[in-house]
Amino acid sequence: MTLYDFLYYIILPILSISVILIIFRFLRGPSIVDRVIALDLIITTGIGIIAVYSIITNQPAFLDIAMILALIAFLSTVAFSYYLEKRNK
Amino acid sequence: MTEITIGILASFGAIFVLLAAIGLIRMPDTYLRISVTTKAATLGIGLLLVAAAVFFKDLSITTKVLAIILFILLTAPVSAHLIGRASYFSGVKLWKNSVLDDLEGKYDKSSHKLKSELEETPEKNTDQIGED
Repeated sequence: MTLYDFLYYIILPILSISVILIIFRFLRGPSIVDRVIALDLIITTGIGIIAVYSIITNQPAFLDIAMILALIAFLSTVAFSYYLEKRNK
Repeated sequence: MTEITIGILASFGAIFVLLAAIGLIRMPDTYLRISVTTKAATLGIGLLLVAAAVFFKDLSITTKVLAIILFILLTAPVSAHLIGRASYFSGVKLWKNSVLDDLEGKYDKSSHKLKSELEETPEKNTDQIGED
């Protein structure tokens, strides 16, 4: 079993299953905070998928997008928490 | 040898991300979910990115990967604290088996100011400082 097969048939399905589990929580979440956490974790898992995909396709340029996604995840969480606090004031 | 290292790193990273997802499903409380996702997902993503750095063996890509890992390590606790604070203000209940709520009654819900117990009794505070 080569590294390509291992990443393609084992690691990527595990990450996809975790994304599906997180989407369950995103749809079900009792409060809006749960949805924000689930969204944050979806983006974080997306960074991991991009890292694995850049290994599979031998394209290091994908890691730039991972960096941008990390920035956007942080910004979105900060904005959501800011406006959630404002809403309850 | 390099391929085995990449395989081990990627396996542990994927397992930690999966654990974070299972924790998000199984945990009974918003605050416990925040705690699970912050720690486990940060470690998992860090391991996956290190696997990519080992694979490419290039100084510029290693630097990029280290920058991403450092950024995630810095921002994950900050965002978890912010969203936890917002959820406490918006009245999300704790789990019914939770033992301790340290902030109970100390937050002013309208002005969002935190009253500490030291401020309520200034005379006792000076006494304690003198004894120390």
